[in-house]
Amino acid sequence: MLEVKELQRVDHDVLIIGAGGAGLRAAIECGMAGLSTGVICKSLLGKAHTVMAEGGMAAAMGNADARDNWKIHFRDTMRGGKFLNDWRMAEHHAKEAPARVHELEDWGAVFDRTKEGLISQRNFGGHRYPRLAHVGDRTGLELIRTLQDRAVHQPNLKVHMECTVLDLIKDGDRIAGAVCYWRQTGRFVLFTAKAVILATGGGGKSWSITSNSWECTGDGYALAYEAGAELVDMEFTQFHPTGMVWPPSVKGTLVTEGVRGEGGILLNKDGDRFMFKYVPEKFAKETADTVEEAQRWLDGDKNARRPPELLTRDVVARSINAEVKAGRGSPHGGVFLDIAARRSPEYIKKKLPSMYHQFKELAELDITKDPMEVGPTCHYFMGGVKVDPDSQMSRVPGLFAAGEVSGGMHGANRLGGNSLSDLIVFGKLAGDGAVAYCKATATPKLDEEQVLTSVRRATAILNRETGENPYLIHEDLQKSMQDNVGIIRTKVELETALTDLEALGARAAKVKAHGTSQYNAGWHEAIDLRAMLIVSEAVTRGALLREESRGGHTRDDFAGERDEWVKVNVVSRKGADGKMEMESVVRPPGPPELVAIANATLEELEGKQNG
Amino acid sequence: MAERNFRVWRGDADGGEFVNYKVEMEPGMVVLDAIHRIQTHQANDLAVRWNCKAGKCGSCSCEVNGKPKLSCMTRVNDYAPEETITVQPLKTFPIVKDLVTDVSWNYEQKAKIQPLQPRPREADGTHRMQQEDVDRIQEFRKCIECFLCQDVCHVLRNQDRKDAFVGPRFMIHLAQLEMHPLDTADRIPAIKNEYGSGLCNITRCCTDVCPEHIGITDNAIIPLKERVVDRYYDPVMMIWRAITGAGAK
Repeated sequence: MLEVKELQRVDHDVLIIGAGGAGLRAAIECGMAGLSTGVICKSLLGKAHTVMAEGGMAAAMGNADARDNWKIHFRDTMRGGKFLNDWRMAEHHAKEAPARVHELEDWGAVFDRTKEGLISQRNFGGHRYPRLAHVGDRTGLELIRTLQDRAVHQPNLKVHMECTVLDLIKDGDRIAGAVCYWRQTGRFVLFTAKAVILATGGGGKSWSITSNSWECTGDGYALAYEAGAELVDMEFTQFHPTGMVWPPSVKGTLVTEGVRGEGGILLNKDGDRFMFKYVPEKFAKETADTVEEAQRWLDGDKNARRPPELLTRDVVARSINAEVKAGRGSPHGGVFLDIAARRSPEYIKKKLPSMYHQFKELAELDITKDPMEVGPTCHYFMGGVKVDPDSQMSRVPGLFAAGEVSGGMHGANRLGGNSLSDLIVFGKLAGDGAVAYCKATATPKLDEEQVLTSVRRATAILNRETGENPYLIHEDLQKSMQDNVGIIRTKVELETALTDLEALGARAAKVKAHGTSQYNAGWHEAIDLRAMLIVSEAVTRGALLREESRGGHTRDDFAGERDEWVKVNVVSRKGADGKMEMESVVRPPGPPELVAIANATLEELEGKQNG
Repeated sequence: MAERNFRVWRGDADGGEFVNYKVEMEPGMVVLDAIHRIQTHQANDLAVRWNCKAGKCGSCSCEVNGKPKLSCMTRVNDYAPEETITVQPLKTFPIVKDLVTDVSWNYEQKAKIQPLQPRPREADGTHRMQQEDVDRIQEFRKCIECFLCQDVCHVLRNQDRKDAFVGPRFMIHLAQLEMHPLDTADRIPAIKNEYGSGLCNITRCCTDVCPEHIGITDNAIIPLKERVVDRYYDPVMMIWRAITGAGAK
């Protein structure tokens, strides 16, 4: 009979789950405030999915174009998010991003420079001005390495690597800690904490074509859901327009939007620059309508409007999807992305070095000579844990969320470059929120039964005599989500997905892992299935409920944005009967001063006087 | 498509052996794809680290036919069709299980090194640095910490002097700190005395295996060695110090 006192126990004030940009930034904040801070991560430190971010982090510093300021960044973010964003979060983000970027420089980050020696900023989809601080096309690596190096020298902060959470533990309503296992040994460990910050990233691994790594199984959404928090607007899944499509082994791997930011164009098999056909009315006034004007923009004419390739990701992904469906796709079911005809080989290698190597080594293609083949890939969750926009705390006392796992900031569609800035802005705010909470909170009590239940559920997977291969259940889940909950959705397909999910849930309950618990990939995969199933159900049920098309959620049977749906958030939570409960919750009205900014013309907001 | 033969090391700290697997091929496969196929269909519990699968995170380091490689960037068709592909864990670090090694020693080295100590910001709150002044350290900051250079370094791999040398990965980390335009700290004494710059004998094996093509030896280690020499062994400076009484640390 297992007893809790036999388990390894680690006590912290704050436990941060996830060591990507948001988790590390939150941890540094908690450590600086003097709290005993623990960070756990499934991989080695520095390998989190943040490392894959390529293009840059958006912050209205105005280094490349002095007309930029936080209000225009805020306006771009709201418009890109189709006005479903949490107003206050979008305000925090636009206002605080520049200070967070400058702070990274003090911590060792080395961004590309302007001629004046300032941080260089590049163009990206949906951003009016060049706004993305970047390092070639490896900005995520720079961010994570900078935060990692800071974290290992931060007093009060300990990183626990290759450790996975099974369940959060509560004392009554509030958070008390987490039950985890060490991947290397398979041994269980109990972390106690007054506050837990979820920084677990997204859940793209429920789809078969995804830019996400194995870690992105949506653990944070599931942990929050099981602990009684609410998830908001989970139906908004971003399909990045440009993933690799060939060869099969790299299908879905990200091709940075920076290619288009640096002038890359999209072509169908007939050589047509098709994006000119797909400019939404709302963006027509601010988008070039001729190839000639788009060329002037690339040549640096500040009066020329932006090319349509730099429309928001939801628009570009749907357009590519439409071209392929109409039979105008490339040989392997994508479209062509051409930078070779636009920039010199030297420029491409300087600004997009990892894209150059990625295609050269994985696809045997030289992007300085030939166009790439690209197509949409499941990339990012706009939805997530519903949090207070100031403290980042969920409705469960002591449970915070920051980064991709948190919802609200990006509304129905995230702008490229707004994720890395989100991580550092909201990582810090969640840290601040947890510090304030811990100061006002006594140490919670430990409920041993919750710990034992969690451990027993995990060991049952190893102990049962027979059962199904977890990898095959995962593959079937991915296939169903890819086929039924993709870029374009219908009621019939979504209902098919729900039926599939129920059957997959029954199979997952009887999954079997062979071998011992030491670094057992099959056991890890089996444990991760629960989170993937919860995430998939929340996305599917949300998509079924939201009868409109907005941003990252497109219903073939409900075309266009519907006014009644911008007024509500779709919320999912665990009901008293253990089943998922869905509700459309009316949003509070936006603060008038922010609504005015979002609806202003660019001319009204431009220039330093508005900074 | 045809099947190919793979030999994968299976075992733990107490020992193990190579196990043969036949794997179904499809176009463009990399070694990590083959490992995943084995995991899915033949050995669910096979231990392997990986994350990005695009050469950006440095998790999937192993030795393929005896050469340190990122398995996600090593194409199967780089090897002759009839050739058996042998995959084994990094030799320089202790085995945890199968292809996974204990690389925690590397993290300890990072923690020992004094971090950036930046000069104050300018009056407008910014730092000004010219691109040409940061080009050389941006090269070092491309490092994905795959530790292939550490794996192949003779001082660590053959001489097992982890007690005396931090290895090429951390020499480039030190180089980027020492050459950082904003930095005000002095790590030269530690580079000589604690981090063991003198132990590297410049065989350039680390540079050869770097998947990021960083000029580890020529651009980082040799310049650091030169800085140590200038500080401690320059005869003119030795005389100067003898006259002025200024001692080298």
